[in-house]
Amino acid sequence: MSSDIVGPLERASEREKAERRSLRAFAIESLGPVTILGGIVWAIFQPYRIVFLDHAGKGFYDYLVQPPLLVIGVGLLFSLVIAPGLLDDLRTAYGSES
Amino acid sequence: MAPRAELVHWFFAAGFLLLGLILLAETIVGREVFAMRPWRMYLWPSIAFAIGVLLWPVSVFFTNSTLHMLAHASWAEVAMLAGAVQLALVRGKLTSRWWTLSLSVTLLVSAAAFLIHEQNPWLFSRAAFLHHAIGWTLVVAAIFPLGQVLQSRRFVWGAGFAMTWVVVAVMLFCDRDVAPIFGHLSAFAGGSR
Repeated sequence: MSSDIVGPLERASEREKAERRSLRAFAIESLGPVTILGGIVWAIFQPYRIVFLDHAGKGFYDYLVQPPLLVIGVGLLFSLVIAPGLLDDLRTAYGSES
Repeated sequence: MAPRAELVHWFFAAGFLLLGLILLAETIVGREVFAMRPWRMYLWPSIAFAIGVLLWPVSVFFTNSTLHMLAHASWAEVAMLAGAVQLALVRGKLTSRWWTLSLSVTLLVSAAAFLIHEQNPWLFSRAAFLHHAIGWTLVVAAIFPLGQVLQSRRFVWGAGFAMTWVVVAVMLFCDRDVAPIFGHLSAFAGGSR
């Protein structure tokens, strides 16, 4: 087959793979920050849910479970522990395919 | 000494949110990439199993009624079952893909427990509304594991299953013991007569 045809086809397929990888990488990168943002927005709308800001009459369990902070904590956990490894592996997998 | 019921709901909501994010990540990158580090495969089954174990103290200490105790205990059992089956699948002790249907069983039993143990109507209070809403969400979500068994590569089934837990987490975070829903609170729940 003529290299005039194969070359552009291969480049198009590589472009497609790179786009797919970057879309997936973007989604993985976004999951944690979006979750954290959700917690921050909640804290702004309902600051009384954060006991550190409004601690009158609150007990031990209220300090332990502060929902906006839990959401932020889950987002941080995902961003710092799970997402970096997944992004590395995504790069490795798509790098080895192309 | 026991925490208020709503605090327990929020605590479990955080667990379900983490579960949902992990499942969503697995669906986005694909199973092959997700399995490149073996510990990641054990993550969500372990969280499901841990949620099941943690539901036992809830069933013991939040026994407002026999019905509540039975509901919490049945959630504990099916969550542990789902986690254990998934751990066995990851480990290779179980091999048939049909075992994934145990997740549908888990969702249906959980849904039944939610719907049966909530004796008040939808608009009685926010907690009642959300218990009904979560119950019916789980009934609908039982289709996702079935889809995963029949068409394991279709994105929609994995994404649907993952989003179920995110939605359940959001609903649990909205849960309050006694609070109005859409401006309505039953007089029996403490609203104005």
